[in-house]
Amino acid sequence: MDIFAQQLVNGLVLGSVYALVALGYTLVYGILELINFAHGETTMMGSMIALAVIGALFGVAPDLPGIMIVLAGLLVAIPACMLLGYSIERVAYRPLRHAPRLAPLITAIGLSIVLQNVAMLIWGKQYIAFPTTLLPQGRHNVFGASITDVQIAILVLTVVIMFGLVTLVNRTRLGRAMRATAQAPAVAQLMGVNVNAVISSTFIIGSALAAIAGVMVSANYGQAHYYMGFLLGLKAFSAAVLGGIGNLAGAMLGGLLLGVLEALGAGYIGDLTGGFLGSHYQDIFAFLVLILVLTLKPSGLLGSRSVERA
Amino acid sequence: MKSTLLALSVALALSLSMTAHAEDAVTVKIGQSSPLTGPQAHIGKDNDNGVRLAIDEINATKPTIDGKVVTFEVMSEDDQADPKTATIVAQRMIDEGIVGVVGHLNSGATIPASKVYSDNNIPQISPSATAIKYTAQGYKTAFRVMTNDEQQGKVLGAYAAKLGKKVAIIDDQTAYGQGLAAEVEKAAKAAGAEVVAVEHTNDKATDFSAILTSIKGKTPDVIFFGGMDPQAAPIAKQMRQLGMKAQLLGGDGMQTPKFIELAGADADGAIASIPGLPIEKMPKGADFKKKFEEKYGQIQLYAPYAYDAAYVMVDAMKRANSTDPTKYLPELGKTSLEGVTGKISFDAKGDLTSGPITLYTVKGGKWETLETVQP
Repeated sequence: MDIFAQQLVNGLVLGSVYALVALGYTLVYGILELINFAHGETTMMGSMIALAVIGALFGVAPDLPGIMIVLAGLLVAIPACMLLGYSIERVAYRPLRHAPRLAPLITAIGLSIVLQNVAMLIWGKQYIAFPTTLLPQGRHNVFGASITDVQIAILVLTVVIMFGLVTLVNRTRLGRAMRATAQAPAVAQLMGVNVNAVISSTFIIGSALAAIAGVMVSANYGQAHYYMGFLLGLKAFSAAVLGGIGNLAGAMLGGLLLGVLEALGAGYIGDLTGGFLGSHYQDIFAFLVLILVLTLKPSGLLGSRSVERA
Repeated sequence: MKSTLLALSVALALSLSMTAHAEDAVTVKIGQSSPLTGPQAHIGKDNDNGVRLAIDEINATKPTIDGKVVTFEVMSEDDQADPKTATIVAQRMIDEGIVGVVGHLNSGATIPASKVYSDNNIPQISPSATAIKYTAQGYKTAFRVMTNDEQQGKVLGAYAAKLGKKVAIIDDQTAYGQGLAAEVEKAAKAAGAEVVAVEHTNDKATDFSAILTSIKGKTPDVIFFGGMDPQAAPIAKQMRQLGMKAQLLGGDGMQTPKFIELAGADADGAIASIPGLPIEKMPKGADFKKKFEEKYGQIQLYAPYAYDAAYVMVDAMKRANSTDPTKYLPELGKTSLEGVTGKISFDAKGDLTSGPITLYTVKGGKWETLETVQP
């Protein structure tokens, strides 16, 4: 039972990060029907930029409270990623908006490779350490499962962000414009919605979430690397598809489900198959889910055919 | 045009042979290859310096082989720690007429290059490659003066069994990690420990919570990880997050400053091994350290091994009374030399007959020597 509870906690923490990144995929898809494959790299950039700031600040003023240093890293990473997201859309996707759908997809993959290599040039191939002493190191027992302060913060922050985002989309003027653009861009434009601005803001919001997710990942695992965004992005994309791409609640649900599925799968597959399949199959669960959903229910768990997008 | 070229080459050949006869001295090239650029450049240059120190000392004694005074010359090539580049520089050195090579540094570069040397019958002594495969390919030209992963795995497995009765093993599915983990598993079982879990991950993973939770349920005393520091560090971290008390044990891929940097305080107490001896424990270590530091500054890692490798090669030439690779190669196998790093003699495969392993533990953010084990 302890083990099961622990795997559940492991899965929820992992899933929260997937969910945050998945929200970025789903926001953009909901409005543009474009899969922004560079989104995983935006997460990586957020992580790297935050670590660079944290490292520099820690070097200059080690006496500052740790939480302040991490917050400063986050507060630099978020606008930096917003700018990155805006530029990506402006430079790489907007010129292709009326091109065949394959073109922006290929551009997205190309961008992802470019961003990886830019990060490699700036920060090198080395793993970069997150100074672990900065954050509280407390550990708690919940129903026999162990959970750290950082992990609790990740769970809480994810839920808060989720509610904030839903409110933004459903209650604000920008949210209404986003929904209108998602339903019919041409009509929305005729009604006076600045479609370009709406699309830009979508990218900016998604990138801010990616930056937060990036900092969470490096705080939890203690390190960052130029390649970390690739697999994270693919998994989050799978989560978004699982929940129904284009659907906000779906991305959240898909992320959490995928995280739990992965943790339970990796934890039990060895014992269930008598050692025939081992925990090194952890990564297949995400893609197995992706394939199953695409064949059995392409619209995902919560997705209804393009009625309630964004 | 053609005739001038011919005349020129005849003249050149004549002049070359005349100088050789006139002074009864020859120059013999010995190759050295390691990464001299890139992230491992400092370790590669260290090997180069080790070889140069040995060759300078040997040249100063004016060694005579087959009645001629031989001057050795080091030809150093950058393999960039890259398998493809390694084979290219191996061929380049052979084309330049080397009679033997000290190198390469990484197993990944040493193994593909060893085929090139074997095909051309050029003796190769690696100062630092530990992968089992290097000497297991059946090449007569392949030797090393470094303990291999099989020997390291045996010591680590026995040590794991000494630390506790229940051992769990994780590997990263690379040639290095899986090879080492397999040896540890065998040795731990042989020493009477129970292997309660064998889990696999990959060399890009960062989340091990699911694997570790599953292992936690089997209450091991020791967790052995076969892999590199970017994975070992989050494993150490997540073990603490999960409240696991088991001892983390690893190989040389984990015994790095980077491991401590990435894992922070969670690195404390981890134990890992490195093949060979720490310099202060080597029989002639202090003497070597002084000589080396006077000339090149601080020793990085494998310089003493590179130094010994060069001596072993020249020693075989002296005993064979020839610098011809085909003639001195058989003598290389019969080496029995007291080197800086210890007694050097080879088994039939070209591995050291006795390879010591040193265990280290993290204390207060630094690796400290725990003990040295002679298998």
